[in-house]
Amino acid sequence: MDIIEVRDVTFGYPAMDGAMPCAPVLRGVSVKIAKGEFVAVLGHNGSGKSTLAKHLNAILTPTRGTVLIEGIDTADESRLLDIRRRVGMVFQNPDNQIVATVVEEDVAFALENLGVPAAEIRRRVDEALNDVGMSKYARHAPHHLSGGQKQRVAIAGIIAMRPDCIVLDEPTAMLDPRGRAEVMRTLKALNKDHGITVVLITHFMDEATQAGRVVVMDDGKILYDAPPSQVFSHVEELTAAGLDVPQTTRLCYELRKAGFDLREDIISQEDCARAVARLLG
Amino acid sequence: MFRDISIGQYFPGESSVHRMDPRMKLILTFSYVVMLFIAFSGPSLLVGALFVIIAYRVAGIPVRLILRGIKPIIPIVIITGILNMFFVEGKAIFSFWVFSVSAEGVRMAVLMALRILCLIAGTALMTYTTSPIALTDGIELLFAPLGRLGAPVHEIAMMMTITLRFIPTLIEETDKIMSAQKARGGDLESGNFLQRVRALIPILIPLFVSAFRRAEELALAMECRCYHGGEGRTRMRILKFSSADVYSALFMAGCVAAVVALNRLGAALWAL
Repeated sequence: MDIIEVRDVTFGYPAMDGAMPCAPVLRGVSVKIAKGEFVAVLGHNGSGKSTLAKHLNAILTPTRGTVLIEGIDTADESRLLDIRRRVGMVFQNPDNQIVATVVEEDVAFALENLGVPAAEIRRRVDEALNDVGMSKYARHAPHHLSGGQKQRVAIAGIIAMRPDCIVLDEPTAMLDPRGRAEVMRTLKALNKDHGITVVLITHFMDEATQAGRVVVMDDGKILYDAPPSQVFSHVEELTAAGLDVPQTTRLCYELRKAGFDLREDIISQEDCARAVARLLG
Repeated sequence: MFRDISIGQYFPGESSVHRMDPRMKLILTFSYVVMLFIAFSGPSLLVGALFVIIAYRVAGIPVRLILRGIKPIIPIVIITGILNMFFVEGKAIFSFWVFSVSAEGVRMAVLMALRILCLIAGTALMTYTTSPIALTDGIELLFAPLGRLGAPVHEIAMMMTITLRFIPTLIEETDKIMSAQKARGGDLESGNFLQRVRALIPILIPLFVSAFRRAEELALAMECRCYHGGEGRTRMRILKFSSADVYSALFMAGCVAAVVALNRLGAALWAL
């Protein structure tokens, strides 16, 4: 069953003075995401990927078209909490999404808002912290944590709600490589072990290669929607859309262009190394 | 330079004072302040001083912390003392030109100094032994009845929490902006007062802009976590009064009774 269904959505931010809306940021986007998927959304700045993310839990509602979350229309304001409980959202800057002065209090925040009884909150908070590997820091102050740790706390705050899906809007953009790796590991574990659907908005190609499916956005439209190996075989088109391709893909592409016989769908470093080794005999 | 600021300094510990219900601590601190102001004889104020010393011992907070807390207000204590000495009328024991010092004035000066010192030490003990979040919880619950009358109790408590959460973040940010300005030749430390105030403008403007941006993002993140005001909200931690709370309340009641009794006694003795 599709957890998210975006049907022909067009969206333009209203102009400041309330006059004609600006040029639409999303132009007829349609996408379906099934339960348990790990989808990466790629696109350069201004491609509409963050705007699309904000449609997935009713922060924004479409100017035209519909977004359905498990069959609930996001335009229905009376179901707002139902939607947000199902689709959690993690933002770029971990500092600006942590509310409380103690880690576990922050993880409890959403549950307190939803009116969950105290004992149940306690249980779910401990579970969520355990799932992101932050149990040790339950009583710490958030500002003493590293970027990657803060972002994991933010993720714990979302999964404590037991959402079916989490949408992350460039969660690793402000992190160092180690923090990025921590967050990616956490997301993959949540997806695999708990069956949580993950929609990861990113501009890091190597993160996108770890997803099961890649959606590439360009100029408010979906350019590609396919598994990573297929998407990254379009080296020239991606470059034209202002995107990089993973280094492995780039290497194979250049080698192919130089006349070597290499498969088009190589993206992992191991595959690439093996293929090059075979070429070398 | 901003690292020294410590608002609501908290010293974690496991003493029975630390483990007391924050609501009870708020109530007791308030009663203590009232008690200090109804105590107007030496012996009754000594009860107040004794109370705060015992409380510090039980809490395991070192006495030098009292001194540290008191240091900034010593000038106030001295000024009040001097004013009391000169302006309280009574039998003059010493005088020159238009000034005269009365015995009553000296007595009032000493009592006032003692009172202020107890006041600071007593209220500081509450912040020393109560984490900010417990304090906010306590305030929210204690004032909840006012919420039914329409006072924005939950909102104020939420604002306090967010303020406490963002103080370190904004201090860090200020440090960063200052370094950035210094790196580009900004001079923040020399010049007269006016020049230094003017040098703060290029720090405050980016700080405010970023604070507003943070506020907007935080509001969005809170909405995404289903925040919709205080209505129907539950709490993870439920505050419970324990036996320590009951004993300390009884102890406080005993002290208040002693103060009232000693007031009477002191007044009778003074009259003799």
